Amino acid sequence: MEDRSIDREWKKGSAEMLLLSLLEALPRHGYELGKLIEQRSQGALRFHAASLYPLLYRLEKRGWIQGRWVEKSGQRRRRYYRLTAQGRKVLASQRRGWQTFVEAINRITGVENA
Amino acid sequence: MPDWNEQIRKQLRILNLKIAREAEIVEELAQHAEDRYRELRGGGATETEARRIALEETGGHELLARELRAIERTVAPDRGRFLAGLAQDLRYGFRTLRKNAAFTAVAMLALALGIGANTAIFSVVNGVLLQPLAYPDPGRLMMIFETTSERSQMSVAYPNFLDWRRESRSFTDMAATRSDDFNFTGTGEPEHLSGEYVSASLFPILGVTPFMGRGFLPQEDRHDAACAVVIGYGFWKQRLGADPNILGKVLTLNAMSCAVVGVLPPDLRFRERAQVYVPIEQYDAGLLRERESHPGLSVFGRLKPGVTIKAAQAEIASISSVLAREYPVTNAGHSAKVVRMKDDMVAYIRPTLLLLVGAVGFVLIIACANVANLLLARSTARKREFAIRTALGAERGRIVRQLLTESVLLSLGAAAIGLLLARWGTRLVLAAAPDSLPRSAEIVIDPYVLLFTLAVSIVTGILFGLAPAFHGANANPQESLKEGARGAGGGRHRVESVFVAVEIGLAVILLAGAGLMMQSVWRLLRVDPGFDTRNILTMGTALSPKVMASPPAIRLAFEQMLGRVAAIPGVQSVALTNMVPLAGGYNEIFFWRGTGPQPPQDQTMSAMFSIVTPDYLRAMQIPLQRGRFFTDRDKLAAPPIVVIDDVLARHLFPGQDPVGRQFSVMVLGTVRIVGVTGHVKYWGLDSDDKAKIRDQIYFPLLQVPDRFMSGAAVGQTLLLRTGPEPLSIVSAVRAQVAGPTQDQPIYAVRTMEQIMSGSLAERRFAMLVLMVFAATAMLLAAVGIYGVMSYAVTRRTHELGIRVALGASRREIVGLVLRQGMRLAAMGLAGGLVAAWGLTRLMAGLLYGVRPADPATLAAVASLLAGIALLACYIPARRATAVDPVVALRCE
Repeated sequence: MEDRSIDREWKKGSAEMLLLSLLEALPRHGYELGKLIEQRSQGALRFHAASLYPLLYRLEKRGWIQGRWVEKSGQRRRRYYRLTAQGRKVLASQRRGWQTFVEAINRITGVENA
Repeated sequence: MPDWNEQIRKQLRILNLKIAREAEIVEELAQHAEDRYRELRGGGATETEARRIALEETGGHELLARELRAIERTVAPDRGRFLAGLAQDLRYGFRTLRKNAAFTAVAMLALALGIGANTAIFSVVNGVLLQPLAYPDPGRLMMIFETTSERSQMSVAYPNFLDWRRESRSFTDMAATRSDDFNFTGTGEPEHLSGEYVSASLFPILGVTPFMGRGFLPQEDRHDAACAVVIGYGFWKQRLGADPNILGKVLTLNAMSCAVVGVLPPDLRFRERAQVYVPIEQYDAGLLRERESHPGLSVFGRLKPGVTIKAAQAEIASISSVLAREYPVTNAGHSAKVVRMKDDMVAYIRPTLLLLVGAVGFVLIIACANVANLLLARSTARKREFAIRTALGAERGRIVRQLLTESVLLSLGAAAIGLLLARWGTRLVLAAAPDSLPRSAEIVIDPYVLLFTLAVSIVTGILFGLAPAFHGANANPQESLKEGARGAGGGRHRVESVFVAVEIGLAVILLAGAGLMMQSVWRLLRVDPGFDTRNILTMGTALSPKVMASPPAIRLAFEQMLGRVAAIPGVQSVALTNMVPLAGGYNEIFFWRGTGPQPPQDQTMSAMFSIVTPDYLRAMQIPLQRGRFFTDRDKLAAPPIVVIDDVLARHLFPGQDPVGRQFSVMVLGTVRIVGVTGHVKYWGLDSDDKAKIRDQIYFPLLQVPDRFMSGAAVGQTLLLRTGPEPLSIVSAVRAQVAGPTQDQPIYAVRTMEQIMSGSLAERRFAMLVLMVFAATAMLLAAVGIYGVMSYAVTRRTHELGIRVALGASRREIVGLVLRQGMRLAAMGLAGGLVAAWGLTRLMAGLLYGVRPADPATLAAVASLLAGIALLACYIPARRATAVDPVVALRCE
């Protein structure tokens, strides 16, 4: 129980950064984002729609990403999300923070192992 | 392909999102579910399995709803929709009301009258009955009265007050006060001032801090102390020019030199008319020191925190019973009672005000019924609109709400106008109210009144809006649309009829109330007061301070004053008296049978005691039944004589001639009866018959013992019978009263007819307001029945046309319509009469000479209203006869 909740918190904390990263290059829709996370993490991370979309709405509400309905001929319209300027700044700062964090953890765990 | 949308929408329903937002989310997630489903199918899953997984991942186990709840603006379901809907209703309501400007104006006016009248009456009730007195912690301010078996409340003897004050532990302190007149001289024209003798403890008890200077010191409240005076703010400002150096200056009041020690604050509401306050110990000591004399003292006290009235009452009663044992001659049978100061102030007017509250409530209900009928008529006209809305999916509740919103809007608008009317109405009520209405300065439109108006208008709006709203919401779209614009429902007519019947019923009650009050006042005006009220002029007067020092000088000054006034052309007779009938302010005295010493108090009796000069009887035209009245020869040196009225004569000497007989009177001792007069209704035209003390004793002013003479010299009333109109000789009287020293004032100049009508002021006030309400009610009821009958005739045009075509005569047509209308009126009248029969009992205390539910009054009221209803029905009935059968039938 304890473990699982920690797991969830981890996921939640990093998930924002993951989504922002994936949107950095080009706009994507929700299904695509879910698939990409699963593929690139080689199945280690998976987001179901039930948690993925609320997260997207949260980011959108904060003004970090922006959704837009796009219609392509012969298809149902889909909602594509793109990174906003503010989202770009947030992503940069989250990356720096993450790097610092990982390095710190590595230094500690590395010393222990030595 | 499964219907993803429906499945997902189900998940989201609990969140109550805005419709547009919900649709967006559903679409996006449905798209996702479909993608996932395809993917799973592509991977080899069965249809069922793929569907289950896709759905579970999209919204499974309420995860979606839980996550979304934190993010999406989930305004509380009802509130969100409610507020959004309300804004819509309001906008729509405004538009509708504006579109029907004439209807809106009429409805608003009717309601504004009702709400305005209610607000006006409430602001009076609020200021007088509800608001606490304007003193710190006013709930602990009490008044204490003496009581006897004869009197539920009598003024206190000063020695008793001193004993209560010393012995009682329930009060922080007590104070005695006595209203009195002061002759203010030495600054030009002699002037009469209203004032109060007060204990030094009064201002601390009330919690009043002087505006300038200080209140009285305990050592100033002693008979041998130099006179100090505290003056009222108004007197200081207006009469003394707001003199900033007033403190320490000396005013001559009743020949006493009194140094000003303080000025009271402007907003003080204690004895509003009082201009000067003097320590009570300065009051004529002769009367003050006697335990047997009750010289109009009021006693105030402030309860200690935590002490209940009951406890205080018990304590004062037990102190009084000790005093009764200790001083049986003066105190046997005396007890005391503690009353909240506010209750004492407002008790007498409370029934009148409550009566008006009830009456004005009825007026509002009638106005509501009328507006409800207007709305009903309009809701019939709007039936198509509702039908279309219903057909487009509006719920019943939504339409009810829309209509209620409109009616509340209407009543709020009316309330705004009503408030203006109330400001004006309150002034009108105050103008009509008796001068004695307590706390009238505290009657303002304050936040409580505003709140009341707001509440009344909202309740009113819902009240008159309900029936039309439900009627409108019940529109059956198919029926209404089919029927076309000519829709009309029998249901509506029934409701309308009930409303009109209710209006007539309420009008009966109000008219009955007004009728009973009118009869009471009319009967009172015809009551014989025991004297001739015409052509009598009364006025207060006071003697020059220069003669006040010696009793013989006082007697002489009075005789000379009477001589000068009697010489004025037009004056037929002139007298002095200490007591004017019907004017309030009574003087009572204890007496007992025989010539022995004074028995214990509970074996003595009380009588009204008039101290008068010889021409009193002639001036008043009181009939002399036996013996003689006083003459100039009845002087102090002669043995004391009295004239009694026939009530006392029958009381003391039933069946015998009392002239020449003797009995005993407090202070004077044994007196001999020289004459018997008719009874005079001193207590009032109405209350005298029921008064406990009715015996009357007249005593010559010139026989008043020396030690009481200076007391008698202040507050005498000059009474003149005149040939010409009494008020025409006032200036001549003023000049003659002023005397050689030019410092004797007259004040409070009134004719006896003014006094008499003043004694009826309360009833006249109730009568006037009730009459206005009743007239309004009658008018509204007439308009109501007229409206309903007009509508009925229009509705029956077709039927009437057929009847005419089949040979019905004009008479028959008129009869048909009248019968329908009068059936309605009869229902209302019957209901109203039953209600009036019960409700008028509540006003029994205000009636005179007529019983509540007086059959004659009720019959008169019923026939008046029936007549009005007949008239209101006749106009539409006439129109019905004008129906041209050809036109009526072609309409079809």
